[in-house]
Amino acid sequence: MVDKEFERPKGTEIVYERPKSLTDVVTHYCPGCTHGIAHRLVAEVLDELDARERAVLVAPVGCSVLAYNYFNLDTQQAAHGRAPAVATGIKRVLPDRVVFTYQGDGDLAAIGTAEIVHAAVRGERITVIFINNAIFGMTGGQMAPTTLLGQETTTSPKPTGRLAERAGYPIRVCEMLSQLDGAAYVARGSLSSPQNIAKAKRHIRKAFQAQLEGHGLGIVELLSSCNVGWKMSPVDALKWIDSHMVPVFPLGVFKDWSAAGVEAARLADSGVAAG
Amino acid sequence: MGQRVLMKGNEALAEAAVRAGCRFFFGYPITPQNEIPEYMSRRLPEVGGTFIQAESELAAINMVYGAAGAGARAMTSSSSPGVSLKQEGISYMAAAELPGVVVNMVRGGPGLGGIQPAQSDYYQATRGGGHGDYRTIVFGPATVQEGVDVMSKAFELADKYRTPVVILGDGMMGQMMEPVSLPEPLELAKLPLKPWATTGAKGRRPNIINSLFLDAEECEKHNLALQAKYDIIQATEQMAEIAFPDSDWFVVAYGTTARICREAIQEARAQGLSVGMVRPITLWPFPVNAFEKVVERAKGFLTVEMSLGQMVDDVRLAVNGRCPVRFFGRTGGMVPSDEEVLAEIEKMVEGRTR
Repeated sequence: MVDKEFERPKGTEIVYERPKSLTDVVTHYCPGCTHGIAHRLVAEVLDELDARERAVLVAPVGCSVLAYNYFNLDTQQAAHGRAPAVATGIKRVLPDRVVFTYQGDGDLAAIGTAEIVHAAVRGERITVIFINNAIFGMTGGQMAPTTLLGQETTTSPKPTGRLAERAGYPIRVCEMLSQLDGAAYVARGSLSSPQNIAKAKRHIRKAFQAQLEGHGLGIVELLSSCNVGWKMSPVDALKWIDSHMVPVFPLGVFKDWSAAGVEAARLADSGVAAG
Repeated sequence: MGQRVLMKGNEALAEAAVRAGCRFFFGYPITPQNEIPEYMSRRLPEVGGTFIQAESELAAINMVYGAAGAGARAMTSSSSPGVSLKQEGISYMAAAELPGVVVNMVRGGPGLGGIQPAQSDYYQATRGGGHGDYRTIVFGPATVQEGVDVMSKAFELADKYRTPVVILGDGMMGQMMEPVSLPEPLELAKLPLKPWATTGAKGRRPNIINSLFLDAEECEKHNLALQAKYDIIQATEQMAEIAFPDSDWFVVAYGTTARICREAIQEARAQGLSVGMVRPITLWPFPVNAFEKVVERAKGFLTVEMSLGQMVDDVRLAVNGRCPVRFFGRTGGMVPSDEEVLAEIEKMVEGRTR
């Protein structure tokens, strides 16, 4: 809408615009939520790979259930947790298309644990964008499998928050999936700062390359904020990712189909980690 | 029709699916239907298809969802406990209007039950099975040949109405060998086009396959649209066989139970009893039209099932109080004998209540 009304002065050039893989609509995401950033990163990568017209998105159940309204892509909306199975069906029928799932922590790491593990076991040529914000956002802030010990949610309430004796420990998906031979690329990034966002985009691109080059399943976990669910200001929520989530969910590349890729990523990571 | 061959029910159904253009099969082992995935695992690669042994029934039906949404003819098969798990995906497929075929070789239940033949999943199959206001088309073939025939029909109707179709067999049908004529394979290029499939939004607006309607008015509208489709299916897709339509009394049975009843009816007629049969082939839509043809002259119906009485509800609805409807069933994997059925026919004719 703005683009049409805005007349670009002569002699200027566009340096930042909406990716073609996104639609021009206002999202339902809460102010401060990082889903918008994650959507944009994925869309930029699809544009750069010239993949928009052969991409098929599998949307999850959770906050990003309406992703089909925001991505300008063919989309199948899947049952809770089943996105990797749905993506498997699509990819086997259309092996030359770019198939990816976009899933939250409840979807992927609780009800859909079997589906993501076995999609990786089979080495499905799909890409998985995994949003870890340590909480069930859509349903009102319940405990997720990635909720930290001591973290208060509506189902791990005060005064203890998540208690290991009662509710176990946060699950580290990347560490687990990196043990599987069919997983070609496994990385965890964070959306907590411009620096981390730039790095997260490189992970996403690599996870799509794993699919395009036929190496196997690529997954990128993105540590994300849910300032509303966490009951924090947006800025504090971003800080909380670094201070509380990163120590439990360390950033980096856990698996790369090429040894060279692992080494390069390790070097790149070490530079940022020091900062 | 091609050559006549001797085949096990499960394998014949699998081959019929391949000939109907099915190139994608997703399944999980469970007795008594394992010959279907086993057959598909060797057969599909020969025709450029894909077989996946999924990690669960849930994954299998959701792979069917994805493959169907991508435009393919896809199928899964299982037996009762496994089909319970698939209900989530079947509900989503019905809601998102995706075609696909689900074979249920029914075994005794509830719970883990047993591995012997049963018909106790009739309610589940004909009432939708999962959550929400929806139906699936359900076939209850009585012979291996009829199973082969309805398989082609199942894929055809699934595509025509964009809805999942269930083939309700039982352990006996899956395991027995019978001579069958297989149809000539369909050419994939001649299958109906699916412009709604998610194949990548190249030169068109994105296709979205979805069952979410957060606005209640929208969700009701979607349900009414589905219902309008089901009304058409009910009006046009009923299938049944009537044997001896001029009889006074009728046995109602489907699947392999109908074959046992046929024996009993022959014995009854040899004794001079005027007994015929109404044999539903589509269980949903229930063939009420077939009942209309005989109900005015009928003195009574005897429904025989391998369950404690499920289809008999539909028979009572079809008969609507116009004459008595009796029931006889064995369950848990027990199969009624023709002697038992004959005894029930005699009771019905003599008007005995016990």
